[in-house]
Amino acid sequence: MAGGTSSLMDTLFQRNLDDVIKGLRLQLIGESAFISKALDEIRRELKSTDPHSKSTALHKLSYLSSLHHHDMSWAAFHVVEVMSSSRFAHKRIGYNAASLSFHDATPVLLLITNQLRKDLTSTNELEVSLALECLSRIATADLARDLTPEIFTLLSSSKVFVRKKAIGVVLRVFAKYPDAVRVCFKRLVENLDSSDPQILSAVVGVFCELASKDPGSYLPLAPEFYRILVDSKNNWVLIKVLKIFAKLAPLEPRLAKRVVEPICEHMRRTGAKSLMFECVRTIVSSLSEYESAVRLAVAKIRELLVDDDPNLKYLGLQALSIVAPKHYWAVLENKEVVIKALSDADPNIKLESLRLVMAMVAESNVMEISRVLVNYSLKSDPDFCNEILGSILSTCSRNVYEMIIDFDWYVSLLGEMSRIPHCQKGDEIENQLIDIGIRVKDVRPELVRVARDLLIDPALLGNPFLHRILSATAWVSGEYVEFSRNPFELMEALLQPRTSLLPPSIRAVYIHSAFKVLIFCLHSYLLQRESITSTCPDNLALGVSELVLKREMPEGSDLATCEGPPAHGEQDEGFNPRVSNQSFEDLSVENGGERIISHGQTSTPGTLENGYTYESIVNLLNLIELALGPLIGSHDVEILERARNLLCFIELIKGKLPECLVQKEENLESEEMKASKIIELMCDAFSEELCPVSVSAQERVPIPEGLVLKENLDDLETICGDIQLPPSISFSLGSPHYEEGVSASLSDLQSKEESEPSNESTSLLREHRKRHGLYYLPSEKNEIVATDYPPANDPKLQDYLNKDADDLVKLTEESLVAKKKANHAKPRPVVVKLDEGEVVSISAKRPELKDDLLSGAVREVLLGSDTRTTSSRSNPSDKSSSKRKGKEKLNIGPSELKDNLGDAEKHEHENPSSRRSRHRTHGKERRHKSPGKISEETEENGQKGKQKSSHHHAKHKARRRADTPLDVVSQTTVIPDFLL
Amino acid sequence: MGIRFILMVNKQGQTRLAQYYEYLTIEERRALEGEIVRKCLARSEQQCSFVEHRNYKIVYRRYASLFFLVGVDNDENELAILEFIHLLVETMDRHFGNVCELDIMFHLEKAHFMLEEMVMNGCIVETSKPNILAPIQLMDKAS
Repeated sequence: MAGGTSSLMDTLFQRNLDDVIKGLRLQLIGESAFISKALDEIRRELKSTDPHSKSTALHKLSYLSSLHHHDMSWAAFHVVEVMSSSRFAHKRIGYNAASLSFHDATPVLLLITNQLRKDLTSTNELEVSLALECLSRIATADLARDLTPEIFTLLSSSKVFVRKKAIGVVLRVFAKYPDAVRVCFKRLVENLDSSDPQILSAVVGVFCELASKDPGSYLPLAPEFYRILVDSKNNWVLIKVLKIFAKLAPLEPRLAKRVVEPICEHMRRTGAKSLMFECVRTIVSSLSEYESAVRLAVAKIRELLVDDDPNLKYLGLQALSIVAPKHYWAVLENKEVVIKALSDADPNIKLESLRLVMAMVAESNVMEISRVLVNYSLKSDPDFCNEILGSILSTCSRNVYEMIIDFDWYVSLLGEMSRIPHCQKGDEIENQLIDIGIRVKDVRPELVRVARDLLIDPALLGNPFLHRILSATAWVSGEYVEFSRNPFELMEALLQPRTSLLPPSIRAVYIHSAFKVLIFCLHSYLLQRESITSTCPDNLALGVSELVLKREMPEGSDLATCEGPPAHGEQDEGFNPRVSNQSFEDLSVENGGERIISHGQTSTPGTLENGYTYESIVNLLNLIELALGPLIGSHDVEILERARNLLCFIELIKGKLPECLVQKEENLESEEMKASKIIELMCDAFSEELCPVSVSAQERVPIPEGLVLKENLDDLETICGDIQLPPSISFSLGSPHYEEGVSASLSDLQSKEESEPSNESTSLLREHRKRHGLYYLPSEKNEIVATDYPPANDPKLQDYLNKDADDLVKLTEESLVAKKKANHAKPRPVVVKLDEGEVVSISAKRPELKDDLLSGAVREVLLGSDTRTTSSRSNPSDKSSSKRKGKEKLNIGPSELKDNLGDAEKHEHENPSSRRSRHRTHGKERRHKSPGKISEETEENGQKGKQKSSHHHAKHKARRRADTPLDVVSQTTVIPDFLL
Repeated sequence: MGIRFILMVNKQGQTRLAQYYEYLTIEERRALEGEIVRKCLARSEQQCSFVEHRNYKIVYRRYASLFFLVGVDNDENELAILEFIHLLVETMDRHFGNVCELDIMFHLEKAHFMLEEMVMNGCIVETSKPNILAPIQLMDKAS
């Protein structure tokens, strides 16, 4: 840039780019100060009339913009000025600045059309190339439209240097202005036949990009690509062609059959790893049904895997994960390498092998693989540990836990994961714990056990990452407290002093859960006491049920409304005095006692022993008052509210309780009834079961007749504008515990009115229980599961860890080889699912309009179709759509649409027939898409617009005319026989 | 799109060349370069040269004090991109004679020219060193 010859003083003393760079490097006054000084200079210099100093200034500005991120959009007009300079050195700077800073919204773009046109037609090929380069970066729809004729001319330029750039620019032009396809496409295709390697590599690159967006349209060019695949010696070109075939082969089985051999040949022959890898990738991703080819590819993958170069290892793993779904054996053969890669030095490789391992997970081996991976995560660095946990969580929960048979195991695994020191997946684990609790009834006892173990550990409260999990466990143990072995212990855990470390929202959950536990304890105590007071000594069970039944009659079946198992447990007995073991177990479990394995009459005294004495209840109440007393002054609304609720309730109960508890005679029955009635009502409220709600549930609620809904809720703003939620309130409507609270208190209010209908639901539930009795897990099994897994941080585990890799290798071998389903000890419990179908329909996506336009234009040119149809290729899964000559036009007559559909239908039957015979067999309709190549000769350019709108018969004639001379492409309309 | 951007960054994380094949605002570029540089420069020589970033991949290679980072689509051939980087370095070597960071700093426009010859619209169009250098030599002669 140096060596300006202008005589102006300005120019003599102007600092050029080199000076600026040197100044930046010296850093005498600091970078930002220096740059802002330089920018000031540039601003001044850009206004200069001297072209040299102007361009030098622009040069400096582009440098600062490109490398130091300074805005240069303000100089756009100066860029245009410098672009139009007559000196090449200046022009170059201008073009460079334009391609750097212009974008679709730059206003001055309108000014450069003529300048670009002038340079595109220049005799200086460097100038042409500058303009083409620039256009390839900044072309807008307008520019592309206006300059299409020039580019069309350049596409057959005799100068290779220009022609290859014109080919390169076509991609951007097509993307911005799809109609350009009608003009330029034929010439582009002609360039595929070029013998010049430069042209070939450019044009193949363009087709590779085009085909990646809409492969179907380029099927007719398969013979050209095939020829290149076989003939070319240039690895770059071969890689691109392979990419094209990877897209085309799945669409056309005959093509796949044809190319698989040459690709294998390349794979065997080539010394270039890049080409070899591309061959492998093409085979495994698109030609995976050719067994021998896949074998060869897997052998090559193995070479990559065992290579010392981490790059090759990474790619090998990636390729393997593409093969994995269809060819399990490929993973099996390489399992040692895959497992070893789990402990690679490179996190990316570890991640890749983790993905591969997760891809192997199936129903039969999910337990073993998860187990080993969890152990692996213990000794991994925090990031990878969380990657592992995350992928276990997402794999296991996929499709509503379809992979999980044994939920007891999974729930305890979740508990174990929570204890892993680096675990940061609290949110996910929280969601799953609650989700499983709601969806899978049978797992609740185990869930409560896991929750208890987590809750009771004071150490966990100190880890903020676990708070969300603890919130879930608190909710679970409150909601399903009837499965708890020791509610008192739970209560202590919920109220332990370290809960002060929890954030207020979660603390509120704790308090609310404590409320539920308390209600449960009181209720159980009352039941138990009654059963004692009115038992006939020789038939205890019957006595209980009699009592229950007696009580139910006058009181509107309080008990029956209580949907929790306590009620049915007893009613079961009531209706069937010769009870089975099971119902006794139920009774004992649900009464909150220990699991009692002994049968028969002894079970009830058992409950008594560990159960609820007067003292224990009073202790419980005192404990709560002690723990929650200070919270009355809490600043958090949620905590304050819930603590007050609980304390007031205790206040209420305490007044009545002493008498009713102490008096064993019946003289004070009314008092007793009062207290117990309150408790029972509360219990009813809490035992209302929560169920998962469908995503689309809201939509299904019919809008009541006569209800006028306002479209616009702006009015609300004026009413509620000043009401704002204080930020400290942390309730979220979405979170289940909050909803629970709301619904609980609601149903609390309503429980009286509801007592009649819920009677009915109780009996329904009872029936359900009878029918699905076999899903209830035997208690011994629970015990085994419970003790099977030591806590995650158990020191004993350490030596076990060292053998992980071997273990996993072994287990993958076992579990993969023995692919048949293992005999599961227990049947898979019912998992409540809701309308999965609907989710699928929502995710269906429409292709982008622009792509449609482009591919439509390409099809039209290539296939010579003039059917103008349909904005919707309505059925993307339809294979024939790839051949359908649908042309995207927005306004279509219904008759044309029919035409097109007819065509598509025809196609199904006619695949193998030759082109000629097709003409004859499919009479009139056929003709519309008769495969004549449109001749896009220059003289037709003018008519282009007209043709588009003209009736298709007219256009059809033109095509016919062109049919004969344009042999190459017309052959390709139908996939030519030699290929197939 | 194929190649989305090409960056040259020195060991200190300063950008020495930035070529984008899709338009990003200044702010987006700054953020992108920051993230990528942080991700790639932290990796050791023994680790592989591919990094997944957002929805695309970065293929990078280090030559002396300079990192060459190329952002590519997910289905691009990583090994071919590594070869491309190597080709770029060889081409610059041939032109500058044992190229170093300073050469690129002071002749940024030439480096850009080479890239423009090699890549268009994110597609690699030219892979022969003489062909890449021919127009640059022509321009040198002219000026």
